[in-house]
Amino acid sequence: MTTVASAQTDIPATAWHHRHLIDLDVVSWPEIDLIMRTTDEMKGILARPIRKVPALNGRRVTTLFYEASTRTRVSFETAARNLSADVVSVAPATSSVTKGESLVDTVRTLEALGAEILVMRHSVSGAPYLAAEVFGGHVLNGGDGWHAHPTQALLDLYTMRENLPGGDLRGRKVAIVGDILHSRVARSNIWSLTAAGADLWLCGPATLLRGMDRWATAWSGGAIPGHGRFNVTSDIEAALHDADVVMGLRIQRERMQGGLLPSLREYAARFQLNAERVSLAKPGAIVMHPGPMNEGVEIAPDVAISGRSVITDQVANGVAVRMALLYLLAGAHEAAHGETPL
Amino acid sequence: MTGDEIRRAIVRISHEIVEKQAGTQGLALVGIQRRGVPLAKRVADAIEEHEGVRVPVGALDITFYRDDLSLVAQQPIVKGTDLPFDLSGATVVLVDDVLYTGRTIRCAMDALIDFGRPRAIRLAVLIDRGHRELPIRADHVGKNVPTSREEIVKVHVAEIDGADEVSIARQVRAPDAGTADETGTAGN
Repeated sequence: MTTVASAQTDIPATAWHHRHLIDLDVVSWPEIDLIMRTTDEMKGILARPIRKVPALNGRRVTTLFYEASTRTRVSFETAARNLSADVVSVAPATSSVTKGESLVDTVRTLEALGAEILVMRHSVSGAPYLAAEVFGGHVLNGGDGWHAHPTQALLDLYTMRENLPGGDLRGRKVAIVGDILHSRVARSNIWSLTAAGADLWLCGPATLLRGMDRWATAWSGGAIPGHGRFNVTSDIEAALHDADVVMGLRIQRERMQGGLLPSLREYAARFQLNAERVSLAKPGAIVMHPGPMNEGVEIAPDVAISGRSVITDQVANGVAVRMALLYLLAGAHEAAHGETPL
Repeated sequence: MTGDEIRRAIVRISHEIVEKQAGTQGLALVGIQRRGVPLAKRVADAIEEHEGVRVPVGALDITFYRDDLSLVAQQPIVKGTDLPFDLSGATVVLVDDVLYTGRTIRCAMDALIDFGRPRAIRLAVLIDRGHRELPIRADHVGKNVPTSREEIVKVHVAEIDGADEVSIARQVRAPDAGTADETGTAGN
């Protein structure tokens, strides 16, 4: 923990040297802070009369989404256009993927067609690592299976910093409630929030926490440098008590085979973020949700639109965070390849 | 240049700016990050001293307008843009420490125009060291300093560096065109 504490005090300017961004496990706290500060500047651009700068003029960004998405895909494409990049959008449902083309062949084809930054979403955990092996440019993970969704975790972190007094997560209690098992959002958030020094609580039915307590126990002795421990519980009251941030996760009905939940009604009765439960949190606590929401299941409609909800802030911040990442990745090219600048 | 010489140059530039504008009406100063920002404030202070009017001062970061993103080994850290006034119809005087290739100024003009339509854009620099790569010239120059491309012009300002000074140094390593920006300083 000492590394976290020292790293967070007046962080010196750091360079971005990651060629790809697939998960936050390899991203250090000073690098996360660089992303946050770059995001500040991007938000400044979004507040201008002309929300566009030429930073990525002529760069080619391709989005390849094998899974349904509105906000993430549109957010990435808006971010790329705000930086003046050229955007190509590939929908596998209407591409040669339906003819049996493999991920590797698709990625090679997109590169041959000029893609420099590939933003991809895939239902198989780890798919972006495979893409990164064959792709000559930069791979940015827009969500893979249950594994990782780094841009969501970063926009969550940014939104928390923006809404918490002092903008500091250290010692702040963050409760993430819902389908942890299937959640790439939760897994990426574990990396960033424990690096930020937050007091992180993951909460849900035992069937949807499977494996998490082992992960938490393995970390509790400070096994991962720069990351604090986190808590796993099925006790919703304990998770929400005095929380600064309450985040609901979607119950992923499409992944609910095999009797993980007795019923959605049962889940809602025990774990739904309703006004009564959220009142256990601190008076100024914020409510978050990565979307899309099942209103009435994991979150009550009145909570989702209450004054505490920063759900629309999350969406707006998503564009700025993705602008920051596209910008940082694009600039990392020469360094990543070890080439001397011209 | 010593601290005194810098001070006199700034006072002279402040007079020139007001003279050219025939007053302070519609005048705004915009410093280019990083050392142009304190210099712009000083020019505004000098104008206030002899005209009794405070002209608006802004800060401009041109990082996202650079055309050499892929050439720099690490991204310049963004330092922030703050233009707390309406540019439309104003005479904007860009202020920077060193005028070199002209590329920073080109970026700055692109950036400014995204914020509004100034009536005119002028340029004031503390040092003009030559070697322009674009058809750009300064309206107000503190000092012309003929240099070779192998030299580095270091401008230090008290607000950032603790003291006011301009010095010329030989570049130690081979010139690195990718990172050589307008100021040409290693420490920028």
